[in-house]
Amino acid sequence: MTPAGRPLHATLLDRLVSHPMVRRHGRATLIGVPYGWLLAFFLLPFLIILKISVSEMEEVTFQDLVTWQDGRLTLALQLRSYLAILGDRLYLVTYLISLKYAAVTTVLCLAIGYPFAYFMARARPAAQPALLMLVMLPFWTSFLLRVYAWKGLLMEGGLVARGLGALGLGAPAAALGLIPAEGLWLNTPFSLVVGMVYTYLPFMVLPLYATLAKLDVRLLEAAADLGATPWVTFWKVTVPLSTAGIIAGAMLVFIPCIGEFVIPELLGGPSTLMIGRVLWDEFFSNNDWPMASAVAVTVILLIIVPLALFNRYQAEAREVRR
Amino acid sequence: MSPARPALRRPPLLGPGFHRGFGRGWLTAGFLFLYLPMAALVLASFNASPLPARWGGATLRWYRELLQDGELGAGLWLSVEIAAWAATASVVLGTLAAVALTRYRRFRGRTLFGGMVSAPLVMPEVIVGLSLLLMFVSVQRWFGVPERGALTIWMGHVLLGLAYATVVVQARLEGMNPALEEAAADLGARPLQVFWLVTLPLMAQALAAAWLLTFTLSLDDVVLSAFLSGPGSTTLPLVLFSRARLGQRPDINAAASLIILVVTIGVTVASVLLARAERRRAAELRAAQRPTG
Repeated sequence: MTPAGRPLHATLLDRLVSHPMVRRHGRATLIGVPYGWLLAFFLLPFLIILKISVSEMEEVTFQDLVTWQDGRLTLALQLRSYLAILGDRLYLVTYLISLKYAAVTTVLCLAIGYPFAYFMARARPAAQPALLMLVMLPFWTSFLLRVYAWKGLLMEGGLVARGLGALGLGAPAAALGLIPAEGLWLNTPFSLVVGMVYTYLPFMVLPLYATLAKLDVRLLEAAADLGATPWVTFWKVTVPLSTAGIIAGAMLVFIPCIGEFVIPELLGGPSTLMIGRVLWDEFFSNNDWPMASAVAVTVILLIIVPLALFNRYQAEAREVRR
Repeated sequence: MSPARPALRRPPLLGPGFHRGFGRGWLTAGFLFLYLPMAALVLASFNASPLPARWGGATLRWYRELLQDGELGAGLWLSVEIAAWAATASVVLGTLAAVALTRYRRFRGRTLFGGMVSAPLVMPEVIVGLSLLLMFVSVQRWFGVPERGALTIWMGHVLLGLAYATVVVQARLEGMNPALEEAAADLGARPLQVFWLVTLPLMAQALAAAWLLTFTLSLDDVVLSAFLSGPGSTTLPLVLFSRARLGQRPDINAAASLIILVVTIGVTVASVLLARAERRRAAELRAAQRPTG
């Protein structure tokens, strides 16, 4: 029944979609419905905030950007918000602080998550599904409540706060500026980073595990047979082969961390000003829509490069799987 | 030349004993880190003392009070309703997107499509929430709809869920053996029959997993809901978030413990069932592919 000339590996769905009836309407529907949804609910909103960020706000609505009056075509761009962002040191500092916390979180997640994923992938094959389940389970339970739980653990008299104090870590942490004074763990840069690493660790472990579990053990054996020490094998074979997982995982942590709102709000305290909170306040407290939009647009500009990286390596990591 | 070494199935880092011990230790510490907060919440929910730092004996008082909490109850019901609809729509749209991306290697705007599908996975939620809200406000100015409320929250959650559902379904489609569909076609099944009788059953577990994942994502979402909710559409996470900002509270601890319990049981049961179905399917596949002569 296979039409002559069609490659054998052509799957049936290929045939389904190459059926003339389906081809005429099916293909268009199949692509068009999700495409249309994304254009309407993902792309269009960005164009709208781009427009609002340069609009002048009136009582309830916005002035039109382009007006036509008495034979004069006027394009009015309001750049107040962008000038404020560029001119006000507070915004610059906020962007830098957000980038810093996102970077610190990513590095810590990688440092904890890489060995974690590595040992998971080297565990007995029978145990691996259960381990994977245990990593996924927190991911399914309410993120909000798990972050909230850290409030209780780190407040004065909390379990972890007492444990850290008993270990004598209070003084060094205070000396490093992670906490303002000994015994005050909550609402500090320290608690913010703990909350972010805690929340995003599974996002790092899962793509790493996916690449490490696929790793061909024979390559490691070959390296060993050729005289490489385990340490050299690890750096020259294992790590390069898991690059796609490292980058996908790092971006999966880094990008959302920049704009994180809930964790800084619950664990960050007043000193850790992050851009997600600034945006939130501009919108909900100051009702300054053009300003909030301008902040959003600049954050998008900030994450465009990491986003492109993420897209590329996510696709690559998937291709390896085939 | 170094002498030939005996081949090791799992080359150790610093000797097998160290490797095993260190690996176990690292995994244990990691899981402790992941599960300690949840255990602490459950423990705190039984604390009779309303002061969180002191243990005042065990009680079920906070659970009893939970039953009388109308605000939480209404929020939970609304959240479940939105989550069920959002998960269903996400899985339908995500399946279409995944099929489009795996079966059509090239079509106009494929790069943009792929980018838009996966961007919500990482895009900071405040940005997605703000831009969606401002779009709804603009659309409302022209057409009078949509009113901010459960419907707008649903649309936001579908956008997020679509991204996750696509990833899950796409992974399954790419791992699928094309020979099965081939065989069905060669035995005379028409394309749509094959889709219903072969492809869809093969995808069923991925669809179920995607539905569960998007359901819990929607049930859990704070930021999108905060932007997109209107008066009278306060979901459970919004209620919990507004209370959690104030500090440790026994009512949240009890609610959290119940959620953890339900999710743990639900996910465990679901994954056991899915794993069993997966094994059965794998066995059938092996049986079907065994050479017969």
